[in-house]
Amino acid sequence: MKQVIKGNFAVSHGVKLCRVKVISAYPITPQTTIVEELSEMCASGELDAKFIKVESEHSAMAGVIGSSTAGVRSFTATSSQGLLLMHEVLHWAAGARLPIVLANVNRAVGPGWNIWADQTDSLSQRDTGLIQVYCESNQEVLDSVIMAYKLAEKVSLPVMLTYDAFFLSHTSEIVDIPEIEQVDEFLPPYNPEFRIDINNPRSFGGMIGPDYYFEERYIMHKDALKALEYYQQVCKEFEEIFGREYDICEEYRTGDAEVIVVAAGTITSVSRIAVDKFREEGKKVGLMKLRMFRPVPVERWRKVLGNVAKVVVMDRNLTAGLGGVFASEIQAALYPIENKPMVYPVIAGLGGRDVTPDDIEGIINYALSNDKPTDVPLFWGLKE
Amino acid sequence: MQKTFDIPRELMTEEELLQPGMLSCQGCGASLAMKLALKGLGKRTVVVIPACCWTIINGVYPYSALQVPIIHVPFETAAISASGVRAGLDARGEKDVVVMAWAGDGGTFDIGIQSLSGAAERNDDILYVCYDNEAYMNTGIQRSSATPVGAWTTTTPAGSIKEEPKKDIEEIMLAHHIPYMATTSVAYPDDMYMKFKKVRHITGTKFIHLLSPCPPGWRIDPSKSVQITRMATQAKVFPLYEVRRWRFSKKRGRLEENWKYTINIYPDRELPVKEYMKAQGRFQQMTEDMVNDVQERVDRKWDELIRKADGRPLTPNE
Repeated sequence: MKQVIKGNFAVSHGVKLCRVKVISAYPITPQTTIVEELSEMCASGELDAKFIKVESEHSAMAGVIGSSTAGVRSFTATSSQGLLLMHEVLHWAAGARLPIVLANVNRAVGPGWNIWADQTDSLSQRDTGLIQVYCESNQEVLDSVIMAYKLAEKVSLPVMLTYDAFFLSHTSEIVDIPEIEQVDEFLPPYNPEFRIDINNPRSFGGMIGPDYYFEERYIMHKDALKALEYYQQVCKEFEEIFGREYDICEEYRTGDAEVIVVAAGTITSVSRIAVDKFREEGKKVGLMKLRMFRPVPVERWRKVLGNVAKVVVMDRNLTAGLGGVFASEIQAALYPIENKPMVYPVIAGLGGRDVTPDDIEGIINYALSNDKPTDVPLFWGLKE
Repeated sequence: MQKTFDIPRELMTEEELLQPGMLSCQGCGASLAMKLALKGLGKRTVVVIPACCWTIINGVYPYSALQVPIIHVPFETAAISASGVRAGLDARGEKDVVVMAWAGDGGTFDIGIQSLSGAAERNDDILYVCYDNEAYMNTGIQRSSATPVGAWTTTTPAGSIKEEPKKDIEEIMLAHHIPYMATTSVAYPDDMYMKFKKVRHITGTKFIHLLSPCPPGWRIDPSKSVQITRMATQAKVFPLYEVRRWRFSKKRGRLEENWKYTINIYPDRELPVKEYMKAQGRFQQMTEDMVNDVQERVDRKWDELIRKADGRPLTPNE
C-alpha cells in the first residue's frame, strides 16, 4: 500500500512489520516522531511490544541488550548526542553478538547546538562493531529496517541504519508499505540458539582472559566480514518478494565513467541530478552510493573505482585534523591498487547546510579541471 | 550472652545454587550473600551483574559459579539491563521468573543511580539488590558515596579520611514510591532468607540494601567478618527494617497506600558505635569528636525509624 510518509514514520512502520517485541528509547530531535508513533502503536495494540520509556539513551541501548539476551527481537532509535551517549553500550551490544536494530537520524554534534544533518555522529561509532547502512530515501529507510533484522539475526551482530536529519526524517515521500504477510515470509520469528534460559543456565559476557579474548574478537571480525556476502543474499531475497533492488553499494552510470562521485545519504540524490547533467553534455561522470559502511566492502569499492581516473568523495562529516571519514577509508581501500585513481576529498553540508545539484556540479568541475586536488580536503562553500 | 539464631529449616534444605570454586576473598560477604539470596529466591531467577566484585567472584570464562542464568552488563546499567531482561522474558511468557540486579555500592549509589532511578520510577518488575561493602573494593578500596564518615580508603588516605556521611539510599529509593524496600545483612541469614523469599511475590521494583563485609577493605580479620557485620546492626549503624507501600483493604476490596515501616531486628543489647568502629582498621583515624557525631546521628536516625514503625519497636519474636 502506497502512502505519503516521513522518514521517521518509515522507521516505525518497518518496526511494526518486523513484529518487534521490545522497544527501549529516549526522545531526541529529530528522532522524536519515531518514538511518538511507536508509543501510539504500542498503546493501541497495533504493535504487540513492550516499550520501555527509559531515562537516557545509554539506558535505551542497555535495555535492548537485556531484552535481546532474553531472546526477543528488540529495537531502539536515536540521533547525535544520544548516539554518542550510547557509545559504551554499542560496543557491548556488538561484543555480546546481539541482533539489535538501531535507527540513527544523522544530526550534527554540539557545541554549538545544531539539530541538522551531519554524519559525524554515526561515523564516530565506526569501531563499535555495529553494522552500518546509510539510506537515501524514505522507501529505502523502511526496507532497510526489514533487511536489517534479517541480516542481524543471521550474523548475530547489531545493525545501525542511518539517514539524514530533516532531509528525510521530516520530509514526506511516497513509500510502498509492504503487507505484513509478505514480511512474515521474508523474516521468520526470532528464535536464537543462545538466550537466557532457566532450564539451561549460562553466563553471558563474564570475565574472559587474554587466553580467549583474542580469538573471540577474531571470530567477531570474521563474522562481520561475512555480513557483506549475507547482505547481498538478503537483498536478493528481498527483491524476489518485494521487487525493490538493493546492494552493499550502488552504482549509477559508472560503466565507462572517468570521474566517479562517492556519496552517502541524501547527497546521493543531488549527485545523481548533477551526473545526469554531465552525461547530457557527453562527459563521463558516474556515481557510487555508499550503503554498507561497516563492514567495509573493500573489494566492491576497488572494482567500481579501480579503473577510473578521478574519484570525488563527498563527506558530510569531519574528523578534525584529518578531514572526511569516507574519503580516508576509500583512500585506504584503494591504496594497494597499482594505477590508483586520484582522490578528491570534499567536505560539504556540515551541520545541515544545503548541498544542491549546482554544488555537486561545481565540485565535479573542480575535479575535472585539476590534475590533483588543490585542497585536502576541499571545504566546499566555505564562507570567507 | 549473644543471641543464637533460629535458622529456618529451608535454609539448610533448599537447593544449593552457588557452586564451589568462586574467586572471592576469605571472609567475603558478597559470596555468602548470593548463596543466601538464591536460597530464598529459588531456581527460577536470572541474575544481572554490572561491574563489581561479583564480576570476578563468578569465575573466569569458561567457568561460572551459579546454577542460574547470569548476564554481565556495563557498570552503570544494572537496573535498566534487568528491566530489559524482564521485558524480554515477559514477551516470552516467562512472567514468574525473578530478574535480580545484583550491584555493589559504587554501581548503586554512584554510577548506576540514574538507571536505578529510572527503573524505580517506572516501577519495573525487578528486584534490585545493592550488596554494600562501603567502597569500591573490586578496584582496591576507593571511597564511594556509600563509604561511611571517618573511613580510610585509598582515596581518603590518612590525614584526609572521609568527612561526609554516607548517602541515604533507602530514603532515596522510598522517594520513588516503590512497593518494597528493605535492609538486610549477611550476619542475619534468617532475615535475609525471609526477605528474599518474600520479594518473589511482590510485583514492581523491590530494593534490598544488604550490608556485606569486605575484610581487606574494612581492615578486619576474615574470620571476624560476620561477627563485625552483626555489630553494625547491634550498634544501629545498619538497622534491619523493611517498608511496604501497599496494604489490602478488605473494606474497599483493593490495595491502598499505607507506608508501613517494620523493624525486623531489635538489638538485644546496647552497643555503642565506638565498639563497632574500634573493631575495624579502617576507622582508626577517627577522632573522638567524629565518633561522637556518628553516635548522635545513629541515635537520631534510630529514633526516626522507631517513630515511622508505628512509634514502637517490634520485639524480635513479633
